Amino acid sequence: MTKNNAKAYWKENIKYVLILLFIWFLVSYGAGILFKDTLNGIKVGGFKLGFWFAQQGAMYVFVVLIFVYVRLMNKLDKKYGYDE
Amino acid sequence: MMNSLFFVSALGVQNWTYILVGATFALYIGIAIWTRASSTKEFYVAGGGVSPLANGMATAADWMSAASFISMAGIISFAGYDGAVYLMGWTGGYVLLALLLAPYLRKFGKFTVPDFIGDRYYSKTARLVAIFCALLISFTYVAGQMRGVGIVFSRFLEVDINTGVIIGMLIVLFYAVLGGMKGITYTQVAQYCVLIFAFMVPAIFISIQMTGNPIPQLGFGSQLADGSGTYLLDKLDGLSTELGFAEYTEGSKSMMDVFAITLALMVGTAGLPHVIVRFFTVKRVKDARKSAGLALLLIVILYTTAPAVAVFARTNLIETVSNKEYANVPEWFKKWEKTGLITFTDKNNDGRIQYVANKDQNELVVDNDIMVLANPEIAKLPDWVIALVAAGGLAAALSTAAGLLLVISSSVSHDLIKKIINPKISEKGELIAARLSAVAAVCVAGYFGINPPGFVAAVVALAFGLAAASFFPAIILGIFYKRMNKEGAIAGMVVGIIAMLLYMVKFKLGWFDDAVPDKNEWWFGISPEGFGTIAMLLNFLVSIVIMKFTPQPPQEVQDIVELIRIPSGAGEASDH
Repeated sequence: MTKNNAKAYWKENIKYVLILLFIWFLVSYGAGILFKDTLNGIKVGGFKLGFWFAQQGAMYVFVVLIFVYVRLMNKLDKKYGYDE
Repeated sequence: MMNSLFFVSALGVQNWTYILVGATFALYIGIAIWTRASSTKEFYVAGGGVSPLANGMATAADWMSAASFISMAGIISFAGYDGAVYLMGWTGGYVLLALLLAPYLRKFGKFTVPDFIGDRYYSKTARLVAIFCALLISFTYVAGQMRGVGIVFSRFLEVDINTGVIIGMLIVLFYAVLGGMKGITYTQVAQYCVLIFAFMVPAIFISIQMTGNPIPQLGFGSQLADGSGTYLLDKLDGLSTELGFAEYTEGSKSMMDVFAITLALMVGTAGLPHVIVRFFTVKRVKDARKSAGLALLLIVILYTTAPAVAVFARTNLIETVSNKEYANVPEWFKKWEKTGLITFTDKNNDGRIQYVANKDQNELVVDNDIMVLANPEIAKLPDWVIALVAAGGLAAALSTAAGLLLVISSSVSHDLIKKIINPKISEKGELIAARLSAVAAVCVAGYFGINPPGFVAAVVALAFGLAAASFFPAIILGIFYKRMNKEGAIAGMVVGIIAMLLYMVKFKLGWFDDAVPDKNEWWFGISPEGFGTIAMLLNFLVSIVIMKFTPQPPQEVQDIVELIRIPSGAGEASDH
């Protein structure tokens, strides 16, 4: 496990984290707060969409994001030989 | 069938409560005896071998306090859309934990948060600042929990609040002192099961009653069960505007403030020592990631149900009391009136209850907590469901209190005594010190539970702001910015926490002025609850600026940073 190996691993990890945090920001601060009023124009069942993201949707996405990260990282650990 | 139903109802709420609360307490004590801690490693981090699922359940119970269980749905039901700050704020932080903190802190492999700060920033001063922050955050938080225990006891078992606090103290004392983190972890697993069952059962019942849909998360977006074809949320929006309130799905806080509060709560969650320390208990780095995901999944079950409960309860409340004859109100109304949680003053003497937004005409004041505590009665659910809510509320309050007490006792025995005052203390001596500080912490927490300083309720929410302003930036920079040095981190934490304390004291408690200043005077329109966001940014800024002008950290510290970024080899985690 050379220093370069560790560097490349870290770089890929940071890339994943940034992408996932972008989605994290988009569903909560974006859909649930900043664009809430626009999204509220769309109705799904009894829910106005902006309201739904703020009180339901964002939380579901949070859970999915963590499990996606778990999978990505488990793969990455194997790729770089850091798996246990 | 009829006979058993009759028996069930004849037992009464009171007896059901004794049975359920007694049974759950016996369970907790049984677990505590079975999981006694015999080493400091077991006491602080449960030996470091907890499975991801058990740790996820324990984290969820640790996290969901009396406030989540009893108060949150009520707060949302009066705040409408604005309640989203708590929902997103108290869950989104787990994404930050899983992606940015938990794996690296687990790899680092020490016992406490001040351990990380002290070692990463190679400084006793940094460690002391961290100990101060950990104690400040945990004490503000735990006082509210003990009060919560007292309140649940007094309402359901009809003992006074102080007796309730003392019973709660004895139970927590027993399993926290005996079992340390190990005992706490396994009792929290049981407590999670109790509290989630207790929260979901009434929610499902009520969802079926009102909308015919057994899943509350879908129910509150469905049409009413009365066949009118009206959506529940539309109906509630209509009722709210009719009575002069803001539309339920719109809310009334400014967008800026909603943004700031949500961010402060998220970042604060990720910086709370009693949450972070839970991830020291699993075996491997990959377990820490998975465990954070499981914890959030288990938390989200309750957090997505709470807004549904809020809508059901608010609609039920308006329909049951608005413009009804006071003489004909249901029994639960009279019962909760006695506790002072619901009050009616007939201002216009017409014998009817006017529940409206206009403060001069409104005759009904309802405490937030009623929405969960009285919800089963309002919906006319069976007695055992009402008793179940009491057991659930106690599980929520006790599990959080125990987790906080552990942080307090380890801050004293490990960070302060072992690492600063007397490094030569033996393993046995440290374990005794840990147990004694747990006893002392319970007594202090109990004291605040019995004599709550007027501002406790006001500052509990601000514990998040304090965590956001102090730990979060110091830990993030410590992992992701190798060049960050002790000068920068210490200055950042000190400035962040002082800014937060000053803003809180000025705008929440009004100590600098004759009265608490008006909303219009808030900086950038941000409430004290949301100021953690600003204080956090200030911490980052100060840390980076100071770092630029001071020497870089020693090579061995930079090597540690390289090391924690690689997940393998966390197994040898230990004291040295």
